Amino acid sequence: MTKSKYEVFEGKLTTRAHMQRTGSLLSAPGMLTLLVFLLLPIAGLVVLAFMQRGAYGVIDWTPSLENAKRLLGFSSFGWSSDNLLIIGRSLLLATVTTLLCIAIAFPMAFWIASHKPSTRALLLAFVMVPSCTNLVIRTYAWMLVLGAQMPPTWIARAIGILGETETLYPGQFAVYVGMVSSMLPFSILPLYTSVERLDWRIVEATKDLYASPLRSFRHGILSQMTIGIVSSIILTFVPSLGMYVVSDLLGGSKYMLIGNLIQQQFGAASDWPFGAMLGIVLILASVLSLALLQKISKGKSYV
Amino acid sequence: MTAISSNTDLHIRHIHKSFGSKAVLRDLDVSIKSGEFVTLLGPSGCGKTTLLRIIGGFEKADKGEVALGEKIISNHSPNKRPVNTVFQSYALFPHLNVWENVAFGLRSKKIAESEIKTRVQEMMDIVQISDLTNEMPETLSGGQKQRVALARALINQPKILLLDEPLSALDANLRKNLQRELKTLQRKMDITFILVTHDQDEAIAVSDRILVMNGGKIEQDGSPEDVYEHPTSRFVATFIGEANILECKKESENKVQTPFGILEVEKTPNWENGGVAIRMEDIFVYDTRPEKKNVFPAHIQERIFRGDYWEFLMDLGHGVVLNVMTDPDEMYEPNTDIFLEFPKEYLQVLRD
Repeated sequence: MTKSKYEVFEGKLTTRAHMQRTGSLLSAPGMLTLLVFLLLPIAGLVVLAFMQRGAYGVIDWTPSLENAKRLLGFSSFGWSSDNLLIIGRSLLLATVTTLLCIAIAFPMAFWIASHKPSTRALLLAFVMVPSCTNLVIRTYAWMLVLGAQMPPTWIARAIGILGETETLYPGQFAVYVGMVSSMLPFSILPLYTSVERLDWRIVEATKDLYASPLRSFRHGILSQMTIGIVSSIILTFVPSLGMYVVSDLLGGSKYMLIGNLIQQQFGAASDWPFGAMLGIVLILASVLSLALLQKISKGKSYV
Repeated sequence: MTAISSNTDLHIRHIHKSFGSKAVLRDLDVSIKSGEFVTLLGPSGCGKTTLLRIIGGFEKADKGEVALGEKIISNHSPNKRPVNTVFQSYALFPHLNVWENVAFGLRSKKIAESEIKTRVQEMMDIVQISDLTNEMPETLSGGQKQRVALARALINQPKILLLDEPLSALDANLRKNLQRELKTLQRKMDITFILVTHDQDEAIAVSDRILVMNGGKIEQDGSPEDVYEHPTSRFVATFIGEANILECKKESENKVQTPFGILEVEKTPNWENGGVAIRMEDIFVYDTRPEKKNVFPAHIQERIFRGDYWEFLMDLGHGVVLNVMTDPDEMYEPNTDIFLEFPKEYLQVLRD
């Protein structure tokens, strides 16, 4: 059978070329927005990253690789590991936050999906509501809650996790509490969606075919949730990577993250070119982790 | 139990199951012999799928027990029962290829790799899917999925194979072919097959025995011929094939009064007012009054050509219009008067 030039789309006889024209026209505003507000700025950032800071923060438009070298720790005073440590620390914080979020979100997604539809909507609203408040306000609230005068600290002291003079805030624990609580909604939603779409007959089929509980979970449930898990990781990991407010406020400004560093360059240090270089590193780190995830999830093993 | 039973006969004893306040199975009691091809036939909501799920272990009965031979298996989880299932719409593992789907049960049982290889190959040959080894389920046609699902279940050599409307998603031609194959396969493997369907033709074509279900109970239990020829209830008479039901009054021992006259029947009714069923092909048509019993005059109201038979609407007067069927070469003109014979061996006295 020869392929007809005409196709039926939404009840109308049309041609592929015509559909493509209509499609381009309809997507033009979105494409234009992306071009003006995403692609052009990134291109600008790339150009800027290879310039230098002149006197008084003025940009010196002579191309050089100075910023790249600085990033790797080389300066006129010799080599220092500071910048690489900052990047490593940011990656670690984002990774641990993501793992904690997934670990909490996974059972929660099942728990929410186990209710009747009206209750589900209510529970999902409860999950989402905190994200509607300002991040800084929420973080200040944690500072109060985890402060020395509040029950969490008493309890931690009473059961001996904390010494008499130690506090939950400021510190690593408080940072992770803040990070996880702000990222959790984004890890729950995609997981919940895939739990809701689970075909339970496939789970039954694993049991029918003598699978142990673990094997049944792997082939019956995880295999169907790959997309949800990947989206959940992306939505948690990428924002976590650039987030520094939480760490600043709850960690007591002790740990420098890549976000702090960038903010410094565009603020106090007035070194826009180096800031641009750091920004590019952040974007690359996000894109690379996405690519890695894509690769893993396309592989044969679904776990 | 007094009868000697083989140790793989399935006994379902006084099963009761309700979902919320709705009773789905009511005190259901039936035994299925090893190697039988049994069909649970009934309209949706009759409890047939629930019964199948109880046998498979996916649902727990509120009361009663399921036994395989002497062993009570009611409390065994699905993965501990020598029973496998072909699920409705197959439920193949979407992330595994055909070979891995078929091998799944053996892998679960940690069978040696070399044995898995030979058995999977053997099974795939039997159901004719050897050329699909590396295909993913999403690329298969309905019929191919069906075969993979069968292979995936049968490779485990279950005592009982449960089939949940396995052919309902297929087109008519393919369905007929697969019905034949199912039957052949079952004979060859000598496994008890329990099939759930709402398709009466399918049930008649494949089964050794049909359990007609309605409202959580078994309405009739018999061979396809028996259920078709001798329906015992109004429900069975109308659900399987099309039967005419005559509303009657009991006249005497073997006679019932219809609106158009008195009919002789073989069985004495146990009611005062009730139904007598007769299939449309069992009513005989004559131009002139034959010297026989149970003959009444009628008027041909309508004639419909059905390809392999003629269907007539016969008006017997007194508000009774019946469907009658004749061979294609046995043709009568509409709006003529004829005589109808209701042979008493074909008149089924329905219970209450």
